[in-house]
Amino acid sequence: MGAIQNKVAGPVSDELALVQAAKRGDDSAFEELVRRYDRNVFRIAQHITQNREDAEDVVQEAFLKAYGNLAQFQEQSKFYTWLVRIAVNEALMKLRRRKPERTVSLDEDIKTEDDSLPREIADWSPNPEQQYTQAELREILSKTIQGLPPGFRTVFVLRDVEGLSTEETAAALELSVPAVKSRLLRARLQLRERLSRYFQRREPGNGKADSARGEDVKDKDVASGDGNP
Amino acid sequence: MKCSEFLSELTSYLDGVLDEKTKAELENHLSWCHNCYVVCDTTKKTIEIYRDSQLYELPEDLRSRLRSAIMTKCQQQRRRGPQSV
Repeated sequence: MGAIQNKVAGPVSDELALVQAAKRGDDSAFEELVRRYDRNVFRIAQHITQNREDAEDVVQEAFLKAYGNLAQFQEQSKFYTWLVRIAVNEALMKLRRRKPERTVSLDEDIKTEDDSLPREIADWSPNPEQQYTQAELREILSKTIQGLPPGFRTVFVLRDVEGLSTEETAAALELSVPAVKSRLLRARLQLRERLSRYFQRREPGNGKADSARGEDVKDKDVASGDGNP
Repeated sequence: MKCSEFLSELTSYLDGVLDEKTKAELENHLSWCHNCYVVCDTTKKTIEIYRDSQLYELPEDLRSRLRSAIMTKCQQQRRRGPQSV
């Protein structure tokens, strides 16, 4: 079993040239940066806020902040990492505004003493995602990741969905590298465990397949880590 | 190697950042421990499914609307000067 292959991010060689042109007032260069990263920022924002309109706002506010503060960008890190940091902060602010009863912080002490230890060790079907339609699969994946605390799902999204390195993720979230690694492990194991309910291999003739497959995705219980309904 | 030790190295193993010695120890553990093999394999699938899921893709029409709104606001902001951020 080999290592996973990371999704390669877009070309970065001319990123600095675009940033420098944008700093000199070339708006078409800034627009090119928007074009390059808007989809990533939207995905990250929707993963954190779990709300489409909030995610749209975050995209606008993050790029606007980046534009207004370009002069302060030191060019020692990648522009994308800097932009992600702005976007994550904007998204967390949205989340706090919507859930004022709970503190939402990436630094919160998340109690996960043993909850990452795998309990369900059933193997999965060979191509588990093919048991479901695209729409069902998206709903399963979306509900499952919503159940993770924001600090976990943000690390998972930056590392595993967006392909940032551990160091870039740590820089974007202002966390230490060990903290990123520990949250990533827990996030991966918790997602795996929760997805097992949908994807585990069904033994033919034991009735399990029919009852599980026939169950409405919406009714599946996904343990909520941050108060999402 | 115990299962708990295997688990603590799982993320580094999947990311391909382990030294050869630790990697060999993990693979030896995987060769006889079915539970850890399943956890490793399904964790890898979890990551791949999310990465390839196209969850929350930005539709093209919304994308162009957002981009033009961003650029309009950027230009307004520039006209107002740098204090207005």
